[in-house]
Amino acid sequence: MTKRGKNVLFASMLLTLTIALGGCAGDKEAKGSNEIAQTQTAVQTENTENTVPKTDAVADSHITIGVPQDLDSLVPSLSQGAGTQEILFNIYEGLIKPDSDGNLVPAVASDYTMSEDGLTYTFTLRDGIQFHNGNPVTVADVKYSIDTCAGLNGGDPIISAFSNIESVETPDEQTIIIKLKESSSSFLAILATVEAAIVPADVTDLQTNPIGTGPYKFVSRSLQENVILERFDDYWGEKAHIKDITLKVLADADSIVMNLEGGAVDMVARVSTAQAAELSDSFEVIEGTMNLVQAVYLNNTVAPFDNEQVRQALCYAINKQEILDFVSDGKGTPVGSSMFPAFGKYYIEELSDTYTTDIEKAKELLAEAGYADGFSFTMKVPSNYQQHIDTAQVVAEQLKQIGVTANIELIEWETWLSDVYQGRDFEATLVGVDASTLTAGAMLSRFRSDAHNNFINYNNADYDAAYANALASEAASDDAKATEYYKECETILAETAANVYIQDMCELVAVRKGYAGYEFYPLYIQDFSKLYITE
Amino acid sequence: MFMKGFRNKKYPPNFIIGAVITGIMLLLILMSFFYTPYDTTKMDSASKLAAPSLRHLMGCDNFGRDIFSRVLKGMQNTFVIAFLTVIIGTVGGIIIGAFTGYFGGLLDEVLMRIIDVVFAFPSILLALVFVSIFGTGRYNVVAALGVAFIPSFARIVRSEFIKYREMDYVKSARLAGVGRLRIIFVHILPNTFTVLVSSIMIGFNNAVLAEAGMSYLGIGVQPPDASLGSMLSESQTYLFSAPWYAIFPGLMIILLVLGFSLLADGIKAK
Repeated sequence: MTKRGKNVLFASMLLTLTIALGGCAGDKEAKGSNEIAQTQTAVQTENTENTVPKTDAVADSHITIGVPQDLDSLVPSLSQGAGTQEILFNIYEGLIKPDSDGNLVPAVASDYTMSEDGLTYTFTLRDGIQFHNGNPVTVADVKYSIDTCAGLNGGDPIISAFSNIESVETPDEQTIIIKLKESSSSFLAILATVEAAIVPADVTDLQTNPIGTGPYKFVSRSLQENVILERFDDYWGEKAHIKDITLKVLADADSIVMNLEGGAVDMVARVSTAQAAELSDSFEVIEGTMNLVQAVYLNNTVAPFDNEQVRQALCYAINKQEILDFVSDGKGTPVGSSMFPAFGKYYIEELSDTYTTDIEKAKELLAEAGYADGFSFTMKVPSNYQQHIDTAQVVAEQLKQIGVTANIELIEWETWLSDVYQGRDFEATLVGVDASTLTAGAMLSRFRSDAHNNFINYNNADYDAAYANALASEAASDDAKATEYYKECETILAETAANVYIQDMCELVAVRKGYAGYEFYPLYIQDFSKLYITE
Repeated sequence: MFMKGFRNKKYPPNFIIGAVITGIMLLLILMSFFYTPYDTTKMDSASKLAAPSLRHLMGCDNFGRDIFSRVLKGMQNTFVIAFLTVIIGTVGGIIIGAFTGYFGGLLDEVLMRIIDVVFAFPSILLALVFVSIFGTGRYNVVAALGVAFIPSFARIVRSEFIKYREMDYVKSARLAGVGRLRIIFVHILPNTFTVLVSSIMIGFNNAVLAEAGMSYLGIGVQPPDASLGSMLSESQTYLFSAPWYAIFPGLMIILLVLGFSLLADGIKAK
């Protein structure tokens, strides 16, 4: 409810206007004008700041970035939302981390080697690297961090893939040796995720005192309001350009344009095409891809979605190109399975044509499944993602053609996480699912019948077998074979219509002129350290 | 009767204007149950954000849906929600107000203190709390707003009952052995009518605004269904490129509220 609070401003403007006409209760009016006054002050301060010539932009610079939700956790290993992890990326680092081309580059480690059999990884700790609190990073911190994620400090592994870790050894002050039970081609990619970040062993409460090694350090946080970051001047690598960053939570997608134009925020990633079109000349809009799979995710155990024919009928009923035309002026890439183009060799383009729009065929399938008269279901959509809400409306309209009624229910992101993703209490939900690493497993492992994050309850023996084969091939270091099996997994998802796949959305980033340097990553990452001020 | 009132200047001009505006709005709402120029959810990519024209009187939204049709549907939704809200508020308010006002004593003290507590919070805030507990959707909004509206009605009715309970006709009814319930609902309640009607009108206005505010926050009517508030909210993104998208729903909220306000003024003046 608090995050709705800011929207009260607009509601109160509305109320003030109309209450004045209606001549009703005065207390709301007073509250309304009060809030407007406050915001105006904020806007003015912001404007003054922008007009002051920046003699030394690097030394004293500031940017306010709008984000769609608050961070769900400040502890990297416990973070869940992609929107949280993309921000933690700036605070924490693993031994290695991805760069903007998707390559893995050394971070906390200065270099690493892998043994012939792929079972032993040897990392050399970077010389002189420090935590944000000024303490040097030691091999003990590294061991503590990896052990915690792998469940070697007691408890279950936090990162399930890390259950493969046999041991973490630190023979001297510079060396970390990680031994695996089985070789895995995806191990390094998982090690590079923010979840596997290196954290200090002596700081027990990262939730209130987050300390990492990244280019930005955490300053403060106001729940559902903002998060404030400051450049870490002792960063080992290329230091960030902008000194202060305020991340402002804009939970209401409708207010993004107002916030940008009003000067309350300087940059928002992932604006919709409609929002981009509204922006004035003082903004630049950069285009990339979002690297996620937007789909109507169906709960495969709930009737009627437990019926493959029903799911296929929905796939035949929707028209992806029409959705793109309505929602994003045709921008975006239609996909047909849980894999997006940035994955390169794993991605199968043809799958997006598995179901070409065919209303008659869809109706036939429904009739065969015993739903000749259609049915109705509830589609839960997170209320803070306007693109998903827009897409949901077009999907609902398209499904009407086959007599299926999709009732849209907007829910808050936190509710989505707890009810839909963890509780699996839903019929259908329209969201985008992204990958935390560029390994096939990041997209595909969740659809194993026993996967802990299999939120759609997908259960297919062929799929489980193909996935197991892929893992076995990886263990045998046969990458070509593994790729084949992963592709088989994708094909099974498409053919059994696990979900109604739509697209990899186009990503538009709105940046106020005067700021530059935004880089797109093939993963869900926002790298603030590359941003700089041009004037 | 209406014409006679007009000639005798029994009804002030406010009342007449209010009645005309409200009448037109009610007709439009009534019409929307049976007919809208276009299907309210029908999308048309060719007329995305089309400007007002003869084909689309109020233009089109970002999905090419006819705004006039959606405004009609939105008015209907807004009206129905406001109407049900006021009914809950009035019925609840009358019951609590009548009993506390007529009997007084401990019951009065306890109930009115509870009402005071509820009254201390703005009704939209109460409704927000309610919705965050019980979930979104139009009927939850009706229930939430309805409950939040009870205290103001209860107070008005109570003060009227306190005034009337010592009147001679009530005393004589009591002496004649008329039942309490009969005295409350048959003898006293009709006398509170004038006061009640004008506060119902004002309450209705508040409900329209509250519904608009809540749908504006995305917790009332769910898309693709429309309400005036949710349309205003959606239009915000297109404020500069398609101002008609925001103007018409806003105008309808103003007219709806203005009409009822003038009516209420008129009734009070009479």
